[in-house]
Amino acid sequence: MSAVAQRRTWRHPLFRQGVADMLGTSLGIAAWGLVTGVAMVKSGMSVPVAVVMSLLVYAGSAQLAVIPLLAAGAPLWVVWLTACCVNLRFVIFSSLWRSYFQHLPLRQRLAIGYFSGDVIFVAFMKRFPEPRPGKGQVPFFWGAATVNWVAWQVPSLLGIALAHAIPLSWGLGFAGVLALLGVLLSLLVDRATWTATGVAATAAVAAFALPLKLNILVAIAAAVAAGLLVEAVQTQRTLAADQEGAP
Amino acid sequence: MNSDDLQAMLAIGGLALITVLTRAFFMIPRREIPMPGWLRRGLKYAPLAALTAVIAPEVFMTQGVLLTTWQDARLPAVLCACAYYFYRRGILGTIVVGMLVYLPLHVGLGW
Repeated sequence: MSAVAQRRTWRHPLFRQGVADMLGTSLGIAAWGLVTGVAMVKSGMSVPVAVVMSLLVYAGSAQLAVIPLLAAGAPLWVVWLTACCVNLRFVIFSSLWRSYFQHLPLRQRLAIGYFSGDVIFVAFMKRFPEPRPGKGQVPFFWGAATVNWVAWQVPSLLGIALAHAIPLSWGLGFAGVLALLGVLLSLLVDRATWTATGVAATAAVAAFALPLKLNILVAIAAAVAAGLLVEAVQTQRTLAADQEGAP
Repeated sequence: MNSDDLQAMLAIGGLALITVLTRAFFMIPRREIPMPGWLRRGLKYAPLAALTAVIAPEVFMTQGVLLTTWQDARLPAVLCACAYYFYRRGILGTIVVGMLVYLPLHVGLGW
Protein backbone atom coordinates (compact mmCIF):
# COMPACT_ATOMS: atom_id res chain seq x y z
CA MET A 1 0.00 0.00 0.00
CA SER A 2 1.27 3.51 -0.78
CA ALA A 3 1.67 6.07 2.00
CA VAL A 4 -1.34 8.02 0.73
CA ALA A 5 -3.54 4.92 0.63
CA GLN A 6 -2.37 4.02 4.12
CA ARG A 7 -3.32 7.41 5.50
CA ARG A 8 -6.70 7.11 3.79
CA THR A 9 -7.18 3.71 5.44
CA TRP A 10 -6.59 4.78 9.01
CA ARG A 11 -8.51 8.05 8.70
CA HIS A 12 -11.58 6.19 7.41
CA PRO A 13 -14.53 6.14 9.89
CA LEU A 14 -14.80 2.37 9.50
CA PHE A 15 -11.20 2.00 10.69
CA ARG A 16 -12.36 3.49 14.00
CA GLN A 17 -15.41 1.21 13.92
CA GLY A 18 -13.11 -1.80 13.58
CA VAL A 19 -11.10 -0.57 16.56
CA ALA A 20 -14.28 -0.05 18.62
CA ASP A 21 -15.71 -3.47 17.76
CA MET A 22 -12.55 -5.18 19.04
CA LEU A 23 -11.96 -3.22 22.27
CA GLY A 24 -14.24 -5.39 24.46
CA THR A 25 -12.52 -8.64 23.57
CA SER A 26 -9.01 -7.17 23.66
CA LEU A 27 -8.76 -7.70 27.44
CA GLY A 28 -9.17 -11.43 26.93
CA ILE A 29 -6.76 -11.45 23.99
CA ALA A 30 -4.25 -9.62 26.20
CA ALA A 31 -4.55 -12.19 29.01
CA TRP A 32 -4.07 -14.97 26.51
CA GLY A 33 -1.04 -13.23 24.97
CA LEU A 34 0.51 -12.78 28.42
CA VAL A 35 0.07 -16.46 29.24
CA THR A 36 1.56 -17.51 25.89
CA GLY A 37 4.58 -15.26 26.48
CA VAL A 38 5.13 -16.74 29.94
CA ALA A 39 4.63 -20.30 28.66
CA MET A 40 7.30 -19.88 25.96
CA VAL A 41 10.00 -18.81 28.42
CA LYS A 42 8.95 -21.31 31.12
CA SER A 43 9.29 -24.14 28.56
CA GLY A 44 13.00 -23.31 28.46
CA MET A 45 13.04 -21.17 25.30
CA SER A 46 15.64 -18.40 25.35
CA VAL A 47 14.30 -14.84 25.53
CA PRO A 48 15.46 -13.72 22.03
CA VAL A 49 13.93 -16.83 20.44
CA ALA A 50 10.66 -16.25 22.32
CA VAL A 51 10.54 -12.60 21.17
CA VAL A 52 11.12 -13.57 17.53
CA MET A 53 8.53 -16.32 17.78
CA SER A 54 5.90 -13.98 19.22
CA LEU A 55 6.54 -11.28 16.61
CA LEU A 56 6.76 -13.56 13.56
CA VAL A 57 4.47 -16.52 14.20
CA TYR A 58 1.61 -14.47 15.72
CA ALA A 59 -0.72 -17.44 16.23
CA GLY A 60 -1.72 -18.15 19.83
CA SER A 61 -3.26 -21.59 19.53
CA ALA A 62 -0.51 -22.88 17.21
CA GLN A 63 2.22 -21.48 19.46
CA LEU A 64 0.74 -23.09 22.57
CA ALA A 65 0.50 -26.40 20.70
CA VAL A 66 4.12 -26.44 19.47
CA ILE A 67 5.84 -25.02 22.58
CA PRO A 68 6.02 -28.44 24.33
CA LEU A 69 7.16 -30.06 21.06
CA LEU A 70 10.01 -27.56 20.62
CA ALA A 71 11.01 -27.99 24.27
CA ALA A 72 11.14 -31.77 23.80
CA GLY A 73 13.29 -31.39 20.67
CA ALA A 74 10.68 -32.95 18.35
CA PRO A 75 11.63 -33.15 14.64
CA LEU A 76 10.78 -30.06 12.60
CA TRP A 77 8.20 -31.83 10.44
CA VAL A 78 6.23 -32.83 13.54
CA VAL A 79 6.27 -29.21 14.76
CA TRP A 80 5.14 -27.89 11.39
CA LEU A 81 2.48 -30.57 10.85
CA THR A 82 1.01 -29.84 14.28
CA ALA A 83 0.83 -26.11 13.51
CA CYS A 84 -0.84 -26.83 10.15
CA CYS A 85 -3.50 -28.97 11.81
CA VAL A 86 -4.19 -26.46 14.57
CA ASN A 87 -4.53 -23.78 11.87
CA LEU A 88 -6.88 -25.78 9.64
CA ARG A 89 -9.84 -23.74 10.86
CA PHE A 90 -8.20 -20.69 9.27
CA VAL A 91 -8.17 -22.50 5.93
CA ILE A 92 -11.96 -22.72 6.22
CA PHE A 93 -12.18 -19.06 7.25
CA SER A 94 -10.04 -18.06 4.25
CA SER A 95 -12.72 -19.35 1.87
CA LEU A 96 -15.03 -16.72 3.39
CA TRP A 97 -12.35 -13.99 3.36
CA ARG A 98 -12.04 -14.68 -0.35
CA SER A 99 -15.57 -13.44 -1.09
CA TYR A 100 -14.65 -10.03 0.37
CA PHE A 101 -11.03 -9.47 -0.64
CA GLN A 102 -10.37 -11.39 -3.85
CA HIS A 103 -10.33 -8.16 -5.90
CA LEU A 104 -7.24 -6.92 -4.01
CA PRO A 105 -3.66 -7.57 -5.23
CA LEU A 106 -2.03 -10.78 -3.99
CA ARG A 107 0.33 -8.98 -1.62
CA GLN A 108 -2.57 -7.33 0.22
CA ARG A 109 -4.49 -10.62 0.34
CA LEU A 110 -1.48 -12.31 1.97
CA ALA A 111 -1.15 -9.44 4.47
CA ILE A 112 -4.84 -9.68 5.33
CA GLY A 113 -4.46 -13.43 5.77
CA TYR A 114 -1.46 -13.07 8.06
CA PHE A 115 -3.16 -10.54 10.36
CA SER A 116 -6.57 -12.24 10.54
CA GLY A 117 -7.22 -14.06 13.82
CA ASP A 118 -10.38 -15.78 15.07
CA VAL A 119 -11.82 -12.76 16.83
CA ILE A 120 -11.22 -10.40 13.87
CA PHE A 121 -12.97 -12.91 11.64
CA VAL A 122 -16.06 -12.97 13.86
CA ALA A 123 -16.14 -9.16 14.25
CA PHE A 124 -15.84 -8.74 10.47
CA MET A 125 -18.57 -11.25 9.64
CA LYS A 126 -20.94 -9.52 12.08
CA ARG A 127 -20.28 -6.11 10.55
CA PHE A 128 -20.48 -7.38 6.94
CA PRO A 129 -22.82 -10.42 6.90
CA GLU A 130 -23.25 -10.30 3.09
CA PRO A 131 -20.32 -12.23 1.56
CA ARG A 132 -19.44 -9.72 -1.17
CA PRO A 133 -17.01 -6.81 -1.50
CA GLY A 134 -18.29 -3.50 -0.13
CA LYS A 135 -17.21 -0.01 0.91
CA GLY A 136 -15.14 0.36 4.05
CA GLN A 137 -14.29 -3.32 4.46
CA VAL A 138 -10.53 -2.82 4.10
CA PRO A 139 -10.29 0.02 6.66
CA PHE A 140 -12.57 -1.90 9.05
CA PHE A 141 -10.31 -4.93 8.75
CA TRP A 142 -7.17 -2.93 9.48
CA GLY A 143 -8.80 -1.19 12.45
CA ALA A 144 -9.72 -4.53 13.97
CA ALA A 145 -6.37 -6.09 13.04
CA THR A 146 -4.41 -3.23 14.66
CA VAL A 147 -6.22 -3.66 17.99
CA ASN A 148 -5.76 -7.42 17.82
CA TRP A 149 -2.02 -7.07 17.09
CA VAL A 150 -1.34 -4.58 19.89
CA ALA A 151 -3.58 -6.44 22.38
CA TRP A 152 -1.66 -9.64 21.64
CA GLN A 153 1.98 -8.55 21.13
CA VAL A 154 2.39 -6.08 24.02
CA PRO A 155 1.25 -8.53 26.75
CA SER A 156 3.05 -11.40 25.01
CA LEU A 157 6.37 -9.49 25.13
CA LEU A 158 5.58 -8.46 28.71
CA GLY A 159 5.00 -12.12 29.57
CA ILE A 160 8.37 -13.02 28.04
CA ALA A 161 10.13 -10.30 30.06
CA LEU A 162 8.39 -11.07 33.36
CA ALA A 163 8.00 -14.84 32.89
CA HIS A 164 9.37 -15.74 36.28
CA ALA A 165 7.29 -13.18 38.18
CA ILE A 166 3.92 -14.32 36.78
CA PRO A 167 2.61 -17.61 38.18
CA LEU A 168 0.73 -19.66 35.56
CA SER A 169 -1.14 -21.41 38.41
CA TRP A 170 -3.39 -18.36 38.83
CA GLY A 171 -5.14 -19.32 35.62
CA LEU A 172 -5.01 -15.86 34.01
CA GLY A 173 -5.39 -17.55 30.62
CA PHE A 174 -8.99 -18.24 31.60
CA ALA A 175 -9.72 -14.61 30.67
CA GLY A 176 -8.90 -15.60 27.09
CA VAL A 177 -11.46 -18.41 27.26
CA LEU A 178 -14.05 -15.95 28.63
CA ALA A 179 -13.32 -13.53 25.77
CA LEU A 180 -13.93 -16.27 23.22
CA LEU A 181 -17.07 -17.24 25.15
CA GLY A 182 -18.40 -13.68 24.87
CA VAL A 183 -17.72 -13.68 21.12
CA LEU A 184 -19.41 -17.07 20.79
CA LEU A 185 -22.54 -15.98 22.69
CA SER A 186 -22.89 -12.99 20.38
CA LEU A 187 -23.13 -15.42 17.45
CA LEU A 188 -26.00 -17.47 18.91
CA VAL A 189 -29.04 -15.90 17.29
CA ASP A 190 -31.44 -18.72 16.36
CA ARG A 191 -32.20 -22.40 16.76
CA ALA A 192 -29.72 -23.46 14.05
CA THR A 193 -26.77 -21.66 15.67
CA TRP A 194 -27.62 -22.94 19.19
CA THR A 195 -27.90 -26.49 17.90
CA ALA A 196 -24.65 -26.21 15.94
CA THR A 197 -22.84 -24.97 19.07
CA GLY A 198 -24.21 -27.75 21.26
CA VAL A 199 -23.13 -30.33 18.71
CA ALA A 200 -19.70 -28.71 18.33
CA ALA A 201 -19.11 -28.68 22.09
CA THR A 202 -20.06 -32.35 22.42
CA ALA A 203 -17.94 -33.36 19.43
CA ALA A 204 -14.92 -31.36 20.59
CA VAL A 205 -14.97 -32.97 24.04
CA ALA A 206 -15.72 -36.47 22.73
CA ALA A 207 -12.95 -36.29 20.10
CA PHE A 208 -10.45 -34.61 22.44
CA ALA A 209 -8.13 -37.64 22.45
CA LEU A 210 -7.38 -37.18 18.74
CA PRO A 211 -3.83 -35.97 18.08
CA LEU A 212 -2.88 -32.56 16.60
CA LYS A 213 -6.04 -30.81 17.89
CA LEU A 214 -8.02 -32.52 15.14
CA ASN A 215 -11.03 -32.46 17.49
CA ILE A 216 -11.55 -28.87 16.31
CA LEU A 217 -12.06 -30.08 12.73
CA VAL A 218 -14.38 -32.88 13.87
CA ALA A 219 -16.43 -30.26 15.75
CA ILE A 220 -16.59 -27.97 12.70
CA ALA A 221 -17.78 -30.81 10.43
CA ALA A 222 -20.40 -31.93 12.96
CA ALA A 223 -21.65 -28.38 13.53
CA VAL A 224 -21.94 -27.60 9.80
CA ALA A 225 -23.98 -30.79 9.34
CA ALA A 226 -26.18 -29.96 12.35
CA GLY A 227 -26.74 -26.37 11.24
CA LEU A 228 -27.73 -27.44 7.71
CA LEU A 229 -30.05 -30.10 9.12
CA VAL A 230 -31.91 -27.60 11.32
CA GLU A 231 -32.20 -25.22 8.34
CA ALA A 232 -33.61 -28.03 6.16
CA VAL A 233 -36.17 -29.05 8.81
CA GLN A 234 -37.27 -25.44 9.26
CA THR A 235 -37.62 -24.90 5.48
CA GLN A 236 -39.78 -28.02 5.20
CA ARG A 237 -41.99 -26.89 8.08
CA THR A 238 -42.53 -23.48 6.48
CA LEU A 239 -43.33 -25.13 3.16
CA ALA A 240 -45.82 -27.49 4.83
CA ALA A 241 -47.44 -24.59 6.73
CA ASP A 242 -47.71 -22.59 3.49
CA GLN A 243 -49.42 -25.49 1.74
CA GLU A 244 -51.91 -25.94 4.58
CA GLY A 245 -52.68 -22.23 4.59
CA ALA A 246 -53.23 -22.15 0.81
CA PRO A 247 -56.86 -22.32 -0.37
CA MET B 1 23.41 -17.84 19.38
CA ASN B 2 23.98 -21.60 19.70
CA SER B 3 22.83 -24.40 17.42
CA ASP B 4 19.68 -25.03 19.48
CA ASP B 5 18.65 -21.43 18.86
CA LEU B 6 19.39 -21.81 15.13
CA GLN B 7 17.17 -24.88 15.02
CA ALA B 8 14.45 -22.91 16.85
CA MET B 9 14.79 -20.01 14.38
CA LEU B 10 14.34 -22.44 11.49
CA ALA B 11 11.22 -23.82 13.18
CA ILE B 12 9.90 -20.29 13.72
CA GLY B 13 10.50 -19.32 10.07
CA GLY B 14 8.43 -22.32 8.99
CA LEU B 15 5.72 -21.55 11.55
CA ALA B 16 5.43 -17.95 10.33
CA LEU B 17 5.06 -19.24 6.77
CA ILE B 18 2.35 -21.66 7.97
CA THR B 19 0.49 -18.74 9.60
CA VAL B 20 0.37 -16.88 6.27
CA LEU B 21 -0.37 -19.89 4.07
CA THR B 22 -3.20 -21.35 6.18
CA ARG B 23 -4.89 -18.02 6.88
CA ALA B 24 -4.70 -16.84 3.27
CA PHE B 25 -5.22 -20.33 1.77
CA PHE B 26 -8.29 -19.79 -0.42
CA MET B 27 -7.34 -16.18 -1.16
CA ILE B 28 -4.12 -17.24 -2.90
CA PRO B 29 -5.43 -18.76 -6.20
CA ARG B 30 -6.61 -16.14 -8.68
CA ARG B 31 -9.37 -18.23 -10.27
CA GLU B 32 -12.73 -18.96 -8.64
CA ILE B 33 -12.83 -22.25 -6.73
CA PRO B 34 -16.01 -24.22 -7.43
CA MET B 35 -17.91 -25.00 -4.23
CA PRO B 36 -21.39 -26.54 -3.88
CA GLY B 37 -24.08 -24.21 -2.54
CA TRP B 38 -24.86 -26.30 0.54
CA LEU B 39 -21.21 -26.19 1.60
CA ARG B 40 -21.11 -22.42 1.11
CA ARG B 41 -24.20 -22.07 3.34
CA GLY B 42 -22.88 -24.59 5.85
CA LEU B 43 -19.55 -22.80 6.26
CA LYS B 44 -21.24 -19.97 8.13
CA TYR B 45 -21.39 -22.37 11.10
CA ALA B 46 -17.61 -22.90 10.95
CA PRO B 47 -16.51 -19.91 13.05
CA LEU B 48 -18.86 -20.60 15.93
CA ALA B 49 -17.95 -24.28 15.80
CA ALA B 50 -14.23 -23.47 15.94
CA LEU B 51 -14.74 -21.13 18.91
CA THR B 52 -16.88 -23.75 20.69
CA ALA B 53 -14.29 -26.43 20.01
CA VAL B 54 -11.58 -24.30 21.62
CA ILE B 55 -13.73 -23.26 24.61
CA ALA B 56 -15.57 -26.49 25.53
CA PRO B 57 -12.52 -28.60 26.51
CA GLU B 58 -11.05 -25.60 28.40
CA VAL B 59 -14.21 -25.43 30.52
CA PHE B 60 -15.36 -29.03 30.89
CA MET B 61 -12.08 -30.98 30.93
CA THR B 62 -8.98 -31.24 33.10
CA GLN B 63 -5.86 -32.85 31.61
CA GLY B 64 -7.92 -34.38 28.81
CA VAL B 65 -10.55 -35.95 31.10
CA LEU B 66 -14.14 -34.78 31.60
CA LEU B 67 -14.68 -33.01 34.95
CA THR B 68 -15.76 -35.32 37.75
CA THR B 69 -16.55 -32.64 40.34
CA TRP B 70 -18.78 -29.56 40.56
CA GLN B 71 -16.13 -27.92 42.72
CA ASP B 72 -14.35 -26.34 39.80
CA ALA B 73 -14.00 -22.57 39.62
CA ARG B 74 -14.57 -22.59 35.85
CA LEU B 75 -18.20 -23.77 36.06
CA PRO B 76 -19.64 -21.00 38.28
CA ALA B 77 -17.44 -18.47 36.44
CA VAL B 78 -18.82 -19.49 33.04
CA LEU B 79 -22.41 -19.52 34.35
CA CYS B 80 -22.07 -16.00 35.77
CA ALA B 81 -20.27 -14.78 32.63
CA CYS B 82 -23.10 -16.13 30.42
CA ALA B 83 -25.76 -14.61 32.70
CA TYR B 84 -24.00 -11.24 32.50
CA TYR B 85 -23.72 -11.48 28.72
CA PHE B 86 -27.44 -12.11 28.21
CA TYR B 87 -28.27 -9.35 30.69
CA ARG B 88 -26.00 -6.64 29.28
CA ARG B 89 -24.54 -7.94 25.96
CA GLY B 90 -21.04 -6.60 26.69
CA ILE B 91 -17.97 -8.76 26.10
CA LEU B 92 -15.66 -6.74 28.37
CA GLY B 93 -18.12 -7.12 31.28
CA THR B 94 -18.44 -10.83 30.52
CA ILE B 95 -14.68 -11.27 30.95
CA VAL B 96 -14.55 -9.13 34.11
CA VAL B 97 -17.51 -10.88 35.81
CA GLY B 98 -16.16 -14.32 34.89
CA MET B 99 -12.71 -13.52 36.31
CA LEU B 100 -14.19 -11.96 39.48
CA VAL B 101 -15.93 -15.28 40.16
CA TYR B 102 -13.04 -17.43 38.94
CA LEU B 103 -9.99 -15.93 40.65
CA PRO B 104 -11.18 -16.06 44.31
CA LEU B 105 -12.50 -19.61 43.92
CA HIS B 106 -9.40 -20.79 42.04
CA VAL B 107 -6.61 -18.98 43.87
CA GLY B 108 -8.39 -18.76 47.25
CA LEU B 109 -10.15 -22.11 47.58
CA GLY B 110 -8.06 -24.05 45.10
CA TRP B 111 -11.10 -25.14 43.06
